[in-house]
Amino acid sequence: MLEAILTLSGLAILASFGLGLAARFFAVKVDPRVEKIEEVLPGANCGGCGAAGCSDFAKGVVEGKYAANACPVGGPSCAAKIAEILGEEVRTAEPHVAVVLCAGDEEQCGNRFDYNGIYDCKAAHLIQGGFKACTYGCLGLGSCARVCPFDAIIMTEKRLAVINRDKCVGCGKCVPVCPRHLITLVPISRKTHILCSSHDPGADVRKKCKVGCIACKKCEKTVNGEGITVSDYLAVMDYSQDLDGFALETVCPTHTIQRVDSPVPQESEKTA
Amino acid sequence: MEKILLLIVSAVFVNNFVLARFLGICPFLGVSKRISTATGMSGAVMFVMTLAAMVTWVLQHYVLNPLQIGYLQTIVFILVIASLVQLVELALAKFSPTLQAALGIFLPLITTNCAVLGMAVLNIQNDHSFLETTIFALSAGAGFGLALLIFAGMRERLDLALVPEPLKGTGLALVTAALLSLAFMGFAGLFGSS
Repeated sequence: MLEAILTLSGLAILASFGLGLAARFFAVKVDPRVEKIEEVLPGANCGGCGAAGCSDFAKGVVEGKYAANACPVGGPSCAAKIAEILGEEVRTAEPHVAVVLCAGDEEQCGNRFDYNGIYDCKAAHLIQGGFKACTYGCLGLGSCARVCPFDAIIMTEKRLAVINRDKCVGCGKCVPVCPRHLITLVPISRKTHILCSSHDPGADVRKKCKVGCIACKKCEKTVNGEGITVSDYLAVMDYSQDLDGFALETVCPTHTIQRVDSPVPQESEKTA
Repeated sequence: MEKILLLIVSAVFVNNFVLARFLGICPFLGVSKRISTATGMSGAVMFVMTLAAMVTWVLQHYVLNPLQIGYLQTIVFILVIASLVQLVELALAKFSPTLQAALGIFLPLITTNCAVLGMAVLNIQNDHSFLETTIFALSAGAGFGLALLIFAGMRERLDLALVPEPLKGTGLALVTAALLSLAFMGFAGLFGSS
């Protein structure tokens, strides 16, 4: 009986002393501000700030690698709290959301062949340039939707990726995933978008997709060349200008330019 | 020499700790989502297993047996394993914070992991010498790592497949684990004894 008590207590004391010594020997210096910042962060571990998770971001902020307002999920309120912990002033930036620059769903742009491979856009893109008639458009297999940590990407019934502007926080995880680089981050106030990324000549585009950009330059002329540039058979919008006032969605003959008023863009019901 | 070889093959293939003995299922399912985390976890488990085996063997033969308090085996072994895992956590925090962040909650799971305790008790049951204990522990850890890595590879590929909604995630993982265990049964009877 006595041996049992002594052995067990002896072992326990030995273990605790050993661990105590090890803790001192293996001690890692942690800045107390890192923990305080971690508590303030939303904890989504989305990687939108560019760090590998919230703890990594907290460390980076204290080291000076990241700005206090770099967390898109926390937003300005979180940035203010972080700045307070660090003892600096707050800088705010306009929130961004993602937009998929393609409107070619199954109805607007048909398929060249039947695809029965891996249900992933990156995989489908590798097979003969993708199964859609347009080699620049959205394949609609949902690789972007799967990667979004906030469930902000909707795959419509007609296989087109569409961003829910209410749920999107602009973390940017979807941007590198799309094999056709269709997704880009734009300031949340910009509601007019050119939903096409095809560099095919106008005549080819008309054969492939009913809502593709034919580079007719009507939009460029409407804004007097400031804000839209047509090059390489594609109209590209410069989001630093606010072009919502020009009502470009009425100007574009192919209905490629659309205005997004509701949080979830309506499916395009336009015909040629 | 032959007995050592038999021990190694038995622990790694024939009586694989995860796939034949069904010990350590929790980290097996929890850390096998990516090959990188699986490798880190296998390394940690191998290290803890070997150290735990050596320390528990010494304790059993020089403290528990002479004092005739063999009934304390379970609690003493758990005490030792828990302390060793704490040590590993501290060392990882100092030398590889990335690995510690990747393994996260699964490090303390090595403590309550029945694979480590099972291996320690099996050593005593099979009356191994100190050398045999160490080698058995190393092979058991290697077997655990092997099962984990194979499973991680399979899960990474299954991620891209179309899975029916009810089976997604853990459901499919369990079915796959069962099939893998079935495959490893092919090693049974390799030497005509277990």
